[in-house]
Amino acid sequence: MSVDLSQFHQVFFEESYEGLDVMESALLNIDLSEIDDETINEIFRAAHSIKGGSGTFGFKEIAEFTHVVETLLDLIRSDQFEMKSDHVDLFLRSVDCIRTMINQLENGISCDMEVADELKALFTTLLDGESAEGAGSSAEGADSNDADSAAATKTHDSQSGAEGWEIYFKPELDILRTGNDPVRMFRELSELGELSVIAVTDEIPSISDIDPEACYMAWNLTLFGRATKEQVNEVFEWVVDDSELVITPLILQSEPLDEPVTLTNEDLVVDESDATNEFEGKKTSDGKSSTTKKAVAKKDVKSESASIRVGTDKIDDLINMVGELVITQSMLSELGKEFSIENMPKLMEGLEQMSMHTRELQENVMRIRMLPISFAFSRFPRLVHDMSKNLNKKVELVLLGEQTELDKTVMERIGDPLVHLVRNSLDHGLELPEKRLALGKDEMGKITLNAFHQGGNIIIQIIDDGAGLNKEKILSKAIENGLVLASDHLSDDQINDLIFLPGFSTAEAVTDISGRGVGMDVVRRNIQELNGSVEVESTEGEGSIFTIRLPLTLAILDGQLISVGEQVYIFPLVSIVESIQTLDQMIHRVSGGCDVLRLRNEYIPIVKLWDVFNVKPKHETVENGLLVIVEGDNIKIAVLVDDLLGQQQVVIKSIRENYRPVHGISGATILGDGTVSLILDISGLIKLAGVGRDTYKKISDDNDTEAA
Amino acid sequence: MATILAVDDSASMRQMVSFTLKGAGYDVIEAEDGQKALDKAKAGAVDLVLTDVNMPIMDGIELVKNLRTLPDYKFTPILMLTTESAGDKKVQGKNAGATGWLVKPFNPEQLLATIKKVMG
Repeated sequence: MSVDLSQFHQVFFEESYEGLDVMESALLNIDLSEIDDETINEIFRAAHSIKGGSGTFGFKEIAEFTHVVETLLDLIRSDQFEMKSDHVDLFLRSVDCIRTMINQLENGISCDMEVADELKALFTTLLDGESAEGAGSSAEGADSNDADSAAATKTHDSQSGAEGWEIYFKPELDILRTGNDPVRMFRELSELGELSVIAVTDEIPSISDIDPEACYMAWNLTLFGRATKEQVNEVFEWVVDDSELVITPLILQSEPLDEPVTLTNEDLVVDESDATNEFEGKKTSDGKSSTTKKAVAKKDVKSESASIRVGTDKIDDLINMVGELVITQSMLSELGKEFSIENMPKLMEGLEQMSMHTRELQENVMRIRMLPISFAFSRFPRLVHDMSKNLNKKVELVLLGEQTELDKTVMERIGDPLVHLVRNSLDHGLELPEKRLALGKDEMGKITLNAFHQGGNIIIQIIDDGAGLNKEKILSKAIENGLVLASDHLSDDQINDLIFLPGFSTAEAVTDISGRGVGMDVVRRNIQELNGSVEVESTEGEGSIFTIRLPLTLAILDGQLISVGEQVYIFPLVSIVESIQTLDQMIHRVSGGCDVLRLRNEYIPIVKLWDVFNVKPKHETVENGLLVIVEGDNIKIAVLVDDLLGQQQVVIKSIRENYRPVHGISGATILGDGTVSLILDISGLIKLAGVGRDTYKKISDDNDTEAA
Repeated sequence: MATILAVDDSASMRQMVSFTLKGAGYDVIEAEDGQKALDKAKAGAVDLVLTDVNMPIMDGIELVKNLRTLPDYKFTPILMLTTESAGDKKVQGKNAGATGWLVKPFNPEQLLATIKKVMG
């Protein structure tokens, strides 16, 4: 039968990535002054598994490279090689290299061997240096010695002329206790040719001395036919070390017999020198051919893997719950068959149960997509390690709340913004060690990543104890770029928030401002695409805290249902600041612009939803209307609605995928009564209503004149 | 039909081994480390054990030692999946009571041939 191995590739890729992550974090945790055996073992095991798997599934490039890595690890493991920090870096680079190779294979690109060959050369140098010192011989070394002697003993028994074999086989007493069975071997021999078996019973002790589990027998076997010696050896492969085994060619003509050859394990060693030469040859030719493909292969494309690994406990829970649901359902249908009014309480109870089970089922199905945030955090130890080395900074990274669970899709898309923020904290936030000492701080800077759940959200904080944001510089930069006016009175928070504005970050800002400002608008936009928000708190001289707030999942949304005329719309609950019944004196008209709401000394543009979506409302004017104040893109707007309906969780259906992108609408959902309701996208709505930042500024200007 | 216990910490290897053996008509029980394998071996009759060597919690050598102390597994064939460079592991495995080994990397045909060698 033939088995299509490619069906296991995806699993292999996934577990290899996991193995590489294990290697990486173990390498980063290694305390070189006192190397922990288990840590090295862990690294070794991961490398070993990747090597084994890649060999089995036909990824020769990875198997060959990992083999070298594994060999050095094995030496370290057996205390024959001392690990230094350079070696840690070398291993880390190898981890990257293997990861890239696997990524290329996963995407169907042939491996770019340039880096691998370079690293392999470094490993070989280390390994050669080791054996030259004679400090210890690797397993490979021992094997190749054996191979030499095997080659020497082999020459005189090339045996194609033989017409069979005479075999004397006396197994050790314990052979049965290893699960080996002589009869099985004879059966196998008999498949190679005609076999005669003569038992030698000389050494069987008297019955009182017999250990029933021991084997006291020996055998004289004659195998007729053209079987090769290798085939015969293979039959005894597992027992040859512990047995007396003599194999002599059977010559039927009366020619003088060769001296009997005593088989040692050396005969069984495959001649490795040939194999190695072949290996070298392939390696160089691979290297050449792959350089031409480099341009294509270089790009580190991470194809979105469509599969997800789910703990069996989660699945068991689901099955349990479905079971409950089925029971309740059958109870209800039983009830329906002959329903009478006195069964009403039973029906209500059943429905109650049904809704409980459905809710539980929903929660548990959601849990399937949830992964601990450690998946997103795991890259940071390495990133911080490498970056701090480059920047000559001393940094301690603290990860908190790693087990906090988050939807897989959200996780995949929060990675880049997180990296951006951590990089920024490291690069611009933390000071150099000398400066820190001069400021009376610990020279070791600290970056903390903290994740926790709050309500239906997950909060991720990036906290550094660096210099903090320089408000004066941010403000002057923002004025220079025309983002705010010099006459504006901004609170500290508002100033800090300026770094997230598009147009704030320029190449100049990187050098000019000792704080942040590199593409923060992109970070904010990415997070907002996930229905999340990001804000910063900062104290000059003490550090900054970036707080990201994300929904737990993209599939379900906590929504506030509102109505305008006949239509029901949904606001994401997270974006709602408050809802108010207006009083006349709160409404101000702006010449040529929209109405604004004055709320606690803040001016908020009013958006009439009926106007924007062109539907007929019950209530056209703002006066005495109901306003929902929502925030998006850091802009608040007050949306005029007819009525506030309930709050509920809604399952988001994509409009983009099922129809086409629509401004101001992020998706749709089906309500309990079967009607479709649109989910509003606040940022889109702001653009659609034309009350963006310009209007906001104008209102602020008005505010100033009014104040003056 | 004979039942084979396949032990490997690598899911892809386990799947490959299991798929191949099931295709050849064997019943397969999977375990991801030595301890789990031992528990499963105790729980039900296994006719052959196929185990990886390097595993967390309990490695293949320890598994063999432990299995051999159980009356039901005194003579059961136990094959180790080793790599070509792990010469000392073969010896350790043999000393612990393993029947034989299959050298990684192997293909499904080699796997079946080896199993057949033991099971007939």
